[in-house]
Amino acid sequence: MLLLSPILAGGGPLALAESLTMVSWGGSYARACEKAFYEPFTEETGIEVREEDYNGGLAQIRAQVETGNVHWDVVDMNMADAVRGCDEGLLEPIVPGDLAPGADGTPAGEDFFPGSLTECGVGTLFYSTIYAYNLEKFAEVKPSTIGDFFDLEKFPGRRGMRRTPQVNLEFALMADGVPLDQVYAILDTQEGLDRAFRKLDSIKDRIVWWEAGAQPPQMLADGEVAMTTAYNGRIFNAQVLENQPFAIVWDGQLLDMGQLVIVAGSPNLQAARQFLSFASTVRSMVAVGRYISYSPARQSGTALISTHLETGVDMKPHMPTAPENVAGGLQYDWEWWSDHIDEMNLRFIAWLLR
Amino acid sequence: MSGNSWGRVGRLGYLAYCSAVFLFLTAPILVIVPLSFNVEPYFTFTEGMLSLDPQAYSLRWYRTVAEDPEWLRALANSLVIGFAATALATALGTLAALGLANPAMPGRSLAMSLLISPMVTPVIISAAGMFFFYSDLGLAQTYPGLILAHTALGTPFVVITVTATLSGFDPNLTRAAASLGAGPVRTFRRVQLPLIAPGVISGALFAFATSFDEVVTVLFIGGLDQRTIPRQMWSGIREQISPAILAVATLLIAFALLLMLVVEWLRRRGSAKPN
Amino acid sequence: MRPALLVLPLAAFILVTFVAPLAVMLGRSLYDPLVADALPETLRLLRQWDGERTPSEPVFETMAGELLKARRERTLGRIATRVNRVQAGLRSALLKSVRKLRSAPRPDSWREAMIAVDPKWAEARTWHAIRRAGERFTLRHYLHALDLDQAPGGGIVRQPPDLRIYLPLLQRTLAVSLGITLLCLLLGYPIAYLIANAPPRRANLLLLLVLVPFWTSLLVRTTSWIVLLQTQGVINDLLAAVGLIAEDQRISMIYNMTGTVVAMTHVLLPFMVLPLYSVMRTIPPLYMSAAASLGASFLQAFRRVYWPQTLPGVAAGSLLVFILAIGYFITPALVGGQSGQLISNMVAYHMQQSLNWGLAAALGGVLLGGVFLLYLVFNRLVGVDRMRLG
Repeated sequence: MLLLSPILAGGGPLALAESLTMVSWGGSYARACEKAFYEPFTEETGIEVREEDYNGGLAQIRAQVETGNVHWDVVDMNMADAVRGCDEGLLEPIVPGDLAPGADGTPAGEDFFPGSLTECGVGTLFYSTIYAYNLEKFAEVKPSTIGDFFDLEKFPGRRGMRRTPQVNLEFALMADGVPLDQVYAILDTQEGLDRAFRKLDSIKDRIVWWEAGAQPPQMLADGEVAMTTAYNGRIFNAQVLENQPFAIVWDGQLLDMGQLVIVAGSPNLQAARQFLSFASTVRSMVAVGRYISYSPARQSGTALISTHLETGVDMKPHMPTAPENVAGGLQYDWEWWSDHIDEMNLRFIAWLLR
Repeated sequence: MSGNSWGRVGRLGYLAYCSAVFLFLTAPILVIVPLSFNVEPYFTFTEGMLSLDPQAYSLRWYRTVAEDPEWLRALANSLVIGFAATALATALGTLAALGLANPAMPGRSLAMSLLISPMVTPVIISAAGMFFFYSDLGLAQTYPGLILAHTALGTPFVVITVTATLSGFDPNLTRAAASLGAGPVRTFRRVQLPLIAPGVISGALFAFATSFDEVVTVLFIGGLDQRTIPRQMWSGIREQISPAILAVATLLIAFALLLMLVVEWLRRRGSAKPN
Repeated sequence: MRPALLVLPLAAFILVTFVAPLAVMLGRSLYDPLVADALPETLRLLRQWDGERTPSEPVFETMAGELLKARRERTLGRIATRVNRVQAGLRSALLKSVRKLRSAPRPDSWREAMIAVDPKWAEARTWHAIRRAGERFTLRHYLHALDLDQAPGGGIVRQPPDLRIYLPLLQRTLAVSLGITLLCLLLGYPIAYLIANAPPRRANLLLLLVLVPFWTSLLVRTTSWIVLLQTQGVINDLLAAVGLIAEDQRISMIYNMTGTVVAMTHVLLPFMVLPLYSVMRTIPPLYMSAAASLGASFLQAFRRVYWPQTLPGVAAGSLLVFILAIGYFITPALVGGQSGQLISNMVAYHMQQSLNWGLAAALGGVLLGGVFLLYLVFNRLVGVDRMRLG
C-alpha cells in the first residue's frame, strides 16, 4: 500500500490534463450550464471542467477550507451564501479586471444589475423559487395565489417543500396575509417567526421534503405530491422537454440570484479565474437562457433573451424577471438570511422534530 | 376439541409465522431482481412484466451502468480500496488472533475489547473522528486515508473469525512441532496456517464485504476521486433513483450470495472437523 | 514467539487509525481556541470587568481594533459565527458594527460609535457571551448537546422549548432502538428455534435465508425497501390493484418513522437470530420432551425449561441489536424522512451542514459514552471473545 500511495494520492490519471472542479446544482440546470458555457470553455482553453453537485449552503466549503483540503474551485451559489462565505474568508475576492464589458460595450461595473457584484461573487442569473402544481390534479379550480398553497381544504393533497427554513418562512408569512414589503420586518420579530411556523404547522403533516432541485418535478410527475415549491427553471424544463402537465404559480415568487465564486485556496486558481471571466460574459449568461428559464444578471443581456433552443418556445414570459411574473413576488433578502441562518436552522430542526 | 388438534393448529400457526418472517427477510431483496430487467423506467411491476411478456424485460439498465464512466470508476475505486484494506486487515488481524489465542497472552480480554471496538462503535462517530484526525494529517480525500479507515473497520471481523478457528486448535501441536526442532515461522506455516486457513479466508471475505459496503467514512473522508459503489448508490438514492441503481443492486446481490456461499462452505468444512 | 508481540502491530494500528481520531474528536468537544486567539486583549480586559455595567471605553477600543484586524485577515465571519452560537443575534451585531466602523473615520468614542450601530453593545449579556465564547476549554458543547445553556449570570438553564432538539431526539432514539430490539426478538426467536431444531440439511438451508440479508449490501436493502414501500411502490400498487385502497389514498410507509423501523428491523434481525441460534443449538431437545413426559404443557415446559436456557442468547442478541440501533445512521438518513431521524443523523448534520464541529463532537461523545457502557455490559454478560460471525 505504501508503494501505491504516491500514485493514488495524486488523484489518479484524471488529474493529468489541466482541469477545474465546478460545483453546481445538478439536474437540468447543470446540463444547461454544461451546454452554455462549460463545454465552450473547454473548447476554447483546453481546460477540462469536472462537475460536482451540491444543494447549497457553505458547509462543504467551510469543511474544505478549515481542514486545508480544498478540492473545489468554482461554485455556483446563492447570494446569501456568497456574502456570508466572503465574510468568513472562505472565498477568493473577485478581481474586477477579470470581468468583460457588456454586449454593448458598457464597462462591467455598470453593466451588472446593482447589487449583483459582491466582494467575492459575480452574479450570473436570476432564478426564483415558485410553487407548481399538476394540472391533472386541479383541472377545474386552479390554485393561483400563494395562500392556495396552504389551503388544504380547497386544494387537497401533499405538498413538496425544500428542507430549509429559507423561502418556506417567507411563503408562510405571505400566505398568512403579510404584505410583501413587511415580510422580513415581521420575520425579524419573535412573534412574526412564531406566526410563520404556525402557518407551516397547518400543513406540516402533508409536507414531503425535498433537498435537490431535481426532486420536485420528479415528485410532481410521480404523483407523490399535488403541489410543490421548486426552482422555476426545473419546472419549465419538465413542461417543455417532457410535456409534463405542470403549471407555475408566480404569485409570491422569491426572486434570488446565482453567484459564481472561487473557493479560497482553490487548487486551480488561474484556471478558475479564467473560467469566471468566461462564465460571466453576456454571451454565457444568455446562452444558459436558451436551455432553462433563468435570466442574465447583466442589463445588456435582457434584450438578448431569445427562444428555447430545442423547442423554439419564446423564453421571455417564462423568465422570473418578466414584469408580469415579478408583480406579486418578493426579492429574497440575502442580508437578513446571511445574518440569521444559523438560528433559523436550529429553530427549523426543532420544529421538524416536534 | 382435543388437545392434540390444538397442538396441530398451534404448530401450523407457528410454521406460518416463521414463513412470514423468512419472507420478510428475503422478499425485499428478491423483489429488486426482476425489476432491474424492467424495460420501462419504473420501480414497479408493469402489466407486461406480470404477464411474463418478454418484451417487457430488457438488459437496458445493465447497459446503462456498463457504459457509465462514473459507475465504472466507482467499481475500480471500490476494488482498489477493498483489496488494499482486506490485505492489511487480514495480515494484522491474523497475527493478532494468533497472539490472542495463546494462553500466555497478558491482558487478553482488554486487548480483545480494544481490537473489537471499531465494530461496535457507531460508524458515524468513527467517521467524524477520522475526518478531524485524517484532515490534520493530510489523509482526507486520499486513497491511503480511506484504506486505513476501512482496514480499521475490517480488522475485528478477521480477529473474530480467526480466533474462533483457533479456539478449537490444540496448542500441543505447536509445542510438538517446536520440540521437533521447527522454528516459529516454520511451525506457523506448516502446522497453524493450514488449520486456520478457513478462518483467515472467511475473515478476509468479511473484511472485504465491510469495505465494499461502507459508505459513511467515504462520505466523510472521501473526495470526488474516491467515490465508491456504495457512495454512488447513496447519491442515487438521495437525489433520484434511476432504475440503473436496481441493476447495480442486483449485481451486488449476486456478489453477496457468492461471498456468503464461500464463507458458509469454509465454515462447515472447518466445523466438520473434530475439535 | 511472544504472544504480545503478535498482537502489538494491530493494537498499535487500531490506536493510531481509530482510537486517536476518537480522542481528537473528544478534544474538539472541549477545546475551541478560535475566539480566544482572535480577541486576546479584549478578553484580558474583560476579565477585570464587573459583569454588570456596560464595559468602559478601553474595552470597546481594543475590541474594535481586534475585530478590524480579524476583518483584514478574513476571519471575522468565523468569529461571529462562534459568538452567535453562544448568543443568537450577535453575528449580525458584530458584522454590522465592523462594516460601519470600517467605512467611517476614527470615532471619538468607540463605545458610543458601537452602541449607535447596535444597542446590544450596551447590554451586559452581550459581553458575557463574548467572554464565554472566548473560553478555550469549555463544557458549552456538552450543555448544548443536552439542551441546556449557561445563563449570563452563571447558572445552568434549559433551552426554551422551541429550541430543544437533542434530548427529545435522544429519547426517540432510545425508544426506537428498544422497539426494534423487541421486534427483532419477537421475529427472531421463533425462527431461531425452528432452525435449531430442524434436521441438519434443512437447518443449513434455513440459515442461508437468514444470512442472505446479512451479507447483502445495506444500500441494496435500503433501495429494496424504497421500491417496496414508496407511494408508487410495489406494495401500494398491489393494494390499489386489489382494491384495498383507493388510487388517491396510497399509504405513506416510507420517508417517515415507519420506514426507519421496518428497514432497520430488517437490517438488524440477523444479528438477533444468529446468537439465539448458536445458543439454542446447544440445548438438547430432550429437555423439552422430558418436561412434556412429566405432564407439563408446551407453554409450561417452554417457560420453565427452555426459555431460561436461551437467556444468554437473548441477552447477546438484544444487546447487539440495541447497540447497533442507537448508532444507526444510513437507514434513517435514506428512508427516515423527517420523523424517522435519529441522534446519529444530528451528528452528521452538525458535521456536514451547520459545521458546528464542537457540538457534533459533544453529541458524538454522549453517544459514544452510551455505547461504551452497553459494550461493557455486553462484555460482562456475553464476553467479546465469544463473539461469532455467521
